[in-house]
Amino acid sequence: MSRVRISTIVNGEPVEFLGGGGQSLLDALRDELRLTGSKEGCGTGDCGACSVVVDGRLVCSCLMLAPEAEGKRIETIEGMQEGSELHPLQRQFLEHAALQCGFCTPGLLVASKALLDRNPDPSETEVRYWLAGNMCRCTGYDKVVRAVLDAAAELRQERPR
Amino acid sequence: MSDGNQGGSKLKVVGQRPVRPDGVDKVTGRAMFGADFHLPGMLTGRIKRSPHAHARIIRIDTSAAEALAGVKAVATGADFDTGAGGEVEAGEGATAVKEVAANCLAMGKALYQGHAVAAVAATSPEIAAEALDLIEVTYEVLPHVIDVEEAIAANAPVLHDDLFTTGVTPKPAKPSNVAVKTVMGRGDVPGAFAAADVTVEGHYSTAAVHQGYIEPHACVASFGADGQSVVWCSSQGQFLVRALCAKILNMPLSDIKVIPAEIGGGFGGKTTVYLEPVALALSRKCGRPVKIVMSREEVFLASGPTSGAVMDIKLAATEAGKITAAEMTLKYQAGAFPGSPVHLGCMTAFACYDVENLALTGYDVVSNRPKVAAYRAPGAPMAAFAVESAIDDLAKKLGMDPIDIRILNGVRDGMKTVYGATVRSCAFVEMLEQLKAHPHYQTPVAAGQARGVAAGFWFNIGGESSAAVHVDEDGGVTVVSSNPDIGGSRASMAMMAAEVLGLPIEKVRCTVADTTSIGFSGSTGGSRVTFATGMAVCQAAEKVVVDLKRRAAATWECDIANVEWRDGAAVCTDPAKDVKPLSMKALASKSAKTGGPIASEVSINAQGAAAGYGAHICDLQIDRETGRTTVVRYTAAQDVGRAIHPSYVEGQLQGGAAQGVGWALNEEYVYGPKGTLDNASFLDYRMPVASDLPMIDTILVETKPNPRHPFGAKGVGEVPIVPPLAAVANAVSQIVGKRMTSLPLSPARVLAAMEEK
Repeated sequence: MSRVRISTIVNGEPVEFLGGGGQSLLDALRDELRLTGSKEGCGTGDCGACSVVVDGRLVCSCLMLAPEAEGKRIETIEGMQEGSELHPLQRQFLEHAALQCGFCTPGLLVASKALLDRNPDPSETEVRYWLAGNMCRCTGYDKVVRAVLDAAAELRQERPR
Repeated sequence: MSDGNQGGSKLKVVGQRPVRPDGVDKVTGRAMFGADFHLPGMLTGRIKRSPHAHARIIRIDTSAAEALAGVKAVATGADFDTGAGGEVEAGEGATAVKEVAANCLAMGKALYQGHAVAAVAATSPEIAAEALDLIEVTYEVLPHVIDVEEAIAANAPVLHDDLFTTGVTPKPAKPSNVAVKTVMGRGDVPGAFAAADVTVEGHYSTAAVHQGYIEPHACVASFGADGQSVVWCSSQGQFLVRALCAKILNMPLSDIKVIPAEIGGGFGGKTTVYLEPVALALSRKCGRPVKIVMSREEVFLASGPTSGAVMDIKLAATEAGKITAAEMTLKYQAGAFPGSPVHLGCMTAFACYDVENLALTGYDVVSNRPKVAAYRAPGAPMAAFAVESAIDDLAKKLGMDPIDIRILNGVRDGMKTVYGATVRSCAFVEMLEQLKAHPHYQTPVAAGQARGVAAGFWFNIGGESSAAVHVDEDGGVTVVSSNPDIGGSRASMAMMAAEVLGLPIEKVRCTVADTTSIGFSGSTGGSRVTFATGMAVCQAAEKVVVDLKRRAAATWECDIANVEWRDGAAVCTDPAKDVKPLSMKALASKSAKTGGPIASEVSINAQGAAAGYGAHICDLQIDRETGRTTVVRYTAAQDVGRAIHPSYVEGQLQGGAAQGVGWALNEEYVYGPKGTLDNASFLDYRMPVASDLPMIDTILVETKPNPRHPFGAKGVGEVPIVPPLAAVANAVSQIVGKRMTSLPLSPARVLAAMEEK
């Protein structure tokens, strides 16, 4: 496999790694950088467990080739916590028990944050449609949607528009 | 603590909603799941799979693959040594070792598309993929059979030459695809039908559906030169993985240490092995750690779905709506090897109802599909689909309310089930009454919508469990559980220990131990963990309390009878002694002087699990142009005994309901003419997503705590997937205007039925 040097910024830190061939960004994150918080549930962009944000855009990292990350800013679940403080979304997921096995949770959190960054006051329907690309088999989504709505309300209080 | 009926008001931790002990790891990406382990020198393992639904394996030539640079080991079924075989208890029932082995790597025949035939371990994923292409398998393609009725037919291709139907006398002269015939019943069924005021009947079918856990199967195995080996894997039972690896590879149990990873969903589907013995066989051949991770396509092709079913049912009843007799035949797909849950279908079919005369016949049928695995209340949802649809027909025929007819026929304490158990601690009728009084049921059905109601049952089990409670020197506590935590059980374990010890929940942490660090436990399955392992936790904590009281008595030089344990401290009740209470912290810090470390481990065979009952209401509407069904309101009620952590109990109800809605509306295995699966992806096997569902309201019925559990817990995980199939179908049938008898109620099928009408 021909490998190339790839320079990116991951969770705010400059990172270089060797990657290439058919390697996806997800595989590079997991296998080269050992950032295993992003998960592979399908490898075909259907489940959203590998959700990351690349230059501000929510993507399935399993559908992006690693060399395409060159020069890009990547945000993963590992960067969501601020210092030793959980992000309000992370805290609300815990308080609502919005996870059971927790495998889809990193992807759901990354996708939810991308929603709230765009739309600080989403309706239940908007949350449900935004998260339609993130499958969860355990929860039936009820507590997930409530956690996102409550986190949105909390963030609006913190940062009044 | 053991009287089992403590008032809810006295409890300080049980019944609260604390953050789970493993929560932060799960929301920050720190939690390590099966595919997240990495060892130095680790190789990538891959599996070569049969492209044919049914074929004799004439020859496997691995020489070219073995010669490829970077390939370190190649394995086939010949590398397994199952010896005498035998059976291993696997959570929801025993499993035959030889069949598990032959499912992990085929022996002589490939029995379904995707059946594993060989495996490689190589230094990179690319080399492993190239090596798979270099393995030459010569097949003699055989006629295949997919459909359960076709598999029973006299001229069907037979999968196993040595499979003779059991449960019939005399033993059949010829092998067939019917592995087992199960018959159970009671009373005079023909007599009751002859005397009936009213009868209903129907022919029902359901499709094979997958558990759909988002985490594909994954493991790392590392064989040591002295035989001592380690397996990291995502499973519902580390001890089960150990037992199956040992039996399949002819190794002593004590040479295999299985470390349970976090498990990314299982729902029963991870109560067996697919990869672990293969990875260990590869590692044994080359001496390097081997990781194997399934792709999603492999998960669909080669890991267990649950059975599709074909059922015929007849009910007899009085004019007042009392069901007097039922006759039912159930034919369940087993997949490539025997072992469908049809006997559980027979047992559960009428477990919610008091029916005097019953005749149930079940057939366990093999066909060229992946071997089925347990799926949440195995066997019960399909049977309940037929039973609850037929009861709906009966209610309509008699003009009765669907909840009233279920109350009239519902089981109550002291009644006998068809399989011989006596009903006890049962709140089925109270639950139906609460459901009837719920605002959802009291609200009239909106125009253009319909409402379906259905009930469901699951046994729940107890069984072998171990747990330890360690008091740390600073007075904090670690609970060691023996069961992989699939849905928040570490929270309930820690809460029960905190309640017994009188500590705030933040002082109690919980961990899940590997096979060498705690006594044996059955798998996480059968809705048993909070009941059985929870009982072990409570007993271990109670022993710690006794020990703490003994130490306090020794410190105070008083009789232990004069020491009470209150709110996390020893209190002296001897009026002659003027001493201050000794807190957990104070006692723990002086443990070296009062007898050494404070810890207790308990291993039990927990008896007295109480059955669970559920009933759901579903409001839905159908787009008349596309046939697409949308669930608009949903309420799930369940007899839960007592909810230890109500949020996670609600989560079980909500998640089970969502899976059941998927089963009812969309999910199915679709086969082409060559017996190959047409929809082995999440794109084409459509599970519910957030925009498909409404909020799911829950009613936790706690009127009948289980007296055999320290806090009254009943298993809760499986019941909620039983009612939704019929709750959905009963509502869809109303809108379509005819009884819908085949699942899934996909848009095409609903549209066709509406156009036919």
